[in-house]
Amino acid sequence: MGIEFRHHPGLIAYLTIGDPDLVTSKKIALAAIDAGADVIELGVPFSDPLADGPVIQRASERAVRNGTRLLDVLALARELHAERPTAGLVIFSYLNPILRMGLEAFADAAERAGVDAVLVTDLIPEESTEYRAILRKHHLQPIFLVAPTSPDNRLQHIAEVSEGFVYAISRVGITGTQQQVAGDARGLVARLRRFTSLPIALGFGISNAAHVAAVAEYADAAVVGSAIVALIEQSGAEQAPAAVAAFIAGLRAPAEAESVVS
Amino acid sequence: MKTLFPEKSATKESEMIIAAAHSGTGSGRFGAYGGRYVPETLMAALQELESAYAEAQNDPAFASELAYLLHHYAGRPTPLYLAARLSESLGGAKIYLKREDLLHTGAHKINNCLGQGLLARRMGKQRIIAETGAGQHGVATATVCALFGMECIVYMGEEDMRRQELNVYRMRLLGAEVRGVSSGSATLKDAINEAMRDWVTNVHTTHYLLGSVLGAHPYPTMVRDFHRVIGIEARQQILEAEGVLPTAVLACVGGGSNAIGAFYEFIPDKNVRLIGVEAGGRGPALGEHAARFQGGSPGVLQGTYSYVLQDDAGQISNTHSVSAGLDYPSIGPEHAALHDSGRAEYVSADDNAALQATVTLARTEGILPALESAHAVAEAIRIAPKMSRKDILLINLSGRGDKDMGILARELKLQGA
Repeated sequence: MGIEFRHHPGLIAYLTIGDPDLVTSKKIALAAIDAGADVIELGVPFSDPLADGPVIQRASERAVRNGTRLLDVLALARELHAERPTAGLVIFSYLNPILRMGLEAFADAAERAGVDAVLVTDLIPEESTEYRAILRKHHLQPIFLVAPTSPDNRLQHIAEVSEGFVYAISRVGITGTQQQVAGDARGLVARLRRFTSLPIALGFGISNAAHVAAVAEYADAAVVGSAIVALIEQSGAEQAPAAVAAFIAGLRAPAEAESVVS
Repeated sequence: MKTLFPEKSATKESEMIIAAAHSGTGSGRFGAYGGRYVPETLMAALQELESAYAEAQNDPAFASELAYLLHHYAGRPTPLYLAARLSESLGGAKIYLKREDLLHTGAHKINNCLGQGLLARRMGKQRIIAETGAGQHGVATATVCALFGMECIVYMGEEDMRRQELNVYRMRLLGAEVRGVSSGSATLKDAINEAMRDWVTNVHTTHYLLGSVLGAHPYPTMVRDFHRVIGIEARQQILEAEGVLPTAVLACVGGGSNAIGAFYEFIPDKNVRLIGVEAGGRGPALGEHAARFQGGSPGVLQGTYSYVLQDDAGQISNTHSVSAGLDYPSIGPEHAALHDSGRAEYVSADDNAALQATVTLARTEGILPALESAHAVAEAIRIAPKMSRKDILLINLSGRGDKDMGILARELKLQGA
């Protein structure tokens, strides 16, 4: 089916699946979709999340400790797809759990679960030929990251091999919240635009309605990750779905009514 | 063995990028292993490092400055020493020790640190970060940063800080900032994660002085090249001393930098056995050792595709070794290729064998090896008696054991004041 943004800006919610537990992750994902998230990034917990800041590291550690596996994340995707078929679903993982399962077995299972796209944090296009061929065979869209440090020739290459959307990292660094969306984000999106007509989603450090409104001026979608994961950590399993729903509803509050794309 | 996706062809543009990425320093692939599995943010820095290294290799001034420092500052060439009493007591093969333990800072690590320090200076990077397990790489990095007047930050697992406390003091004395890492098992793997997070964040100003033949291309190739001098010297020295090549070259293998340095010149000498010795720890159960070729399988950790100790869901295992420098769940990708091709053999020695080998070498030769290096000595002690007096074992004694006195005092119940 593929990723579609039905609003401007589109909203992508990242969750570390299995934190605090699988049942709660499902409730949170459903609540997030109902509150206006176009896409859910289903984060596969990994023992060594070297691109993540402390918030997602802690969530990942909790989810690994309670035994959450890639297979569990795929099973959850299948349930979400059955219950909310229009929501976009992205598997967001480090490479090793996918390699361990086997690229073909993973892609087959993801397709059957109704997953739209896959983003692997530590896989750059140069190393991804076989991966992309297998995803394509299973109608899964490969999503890649671009960074402020990526020179134009890399942006062009990444744009060429991406499908669904391109994920632009707002600043150098690891995941986590910050006061303002970094100044180099706008320049990065402008450089990337020259090479692609795909939607551009901006992530890293986006944590409130003001950030989302700022991103809407130049990008197509905003990714909110650590802010949601931190909220789940603070709220506890009981309260987390409602807290996340209210938070996501609030992210688009000021601009929502007039900006719905028909 | 499943091959992992090396780029075949996509577009002209991508072919250009790949050609540029692979000029001068090889492909970054060792058979199916190696490659570059990193967040996009680091790609520009890896490419910058790769071209700086390629340029340096063609610059005679770089080679001569490095050679000068290796000789006058670090103390190369290191001796190749016939361990006559040890050989005699074992009653078999003749044992030679390549004395990397005599280098400045006490281990082979200084070879690579001087090389990368010079490169960082060429790239205009004033801030150096490093990870360390046993602390030897951290000490060597802090030393080179002091020598070149650079800022130095070393990430070290808190468990390793406890067991290698002397090296923590040394790094601080040398002016480095040592940052403890408490995540995961609080050992080398976790220190590398934290160093990579720092690098992603400060990539514009910072060089990551990685201490082993691990990580994304060009590190495994570049770090190997800086340690090749070990094997180049040793091969010449053994020919001078004995007129023949050794039966086997032995080295301990954590990430595998001293081993690849010792092995590399001997790879074309098909009759010379290359024996890498991993940490057998407390036993064969997952989590109790760091013997990647016995309990591991191919996977991606920290930028490279190699053998990894992992569970069936692809989560990286904890490891154990009495030696902090071998206590790591993956191994350099070139070793993975040497293992699969059969050119090198990989065995393991457990904690106890390493401790006993330390005592044996200390009491027969008056040489105190690092606990890491003692794993290679332990394997030599095991196989030498079964060999003939014509056989020659060449052990790369990669470091000295002063740093391990705390552990040795405890484990061997040495009497103090």
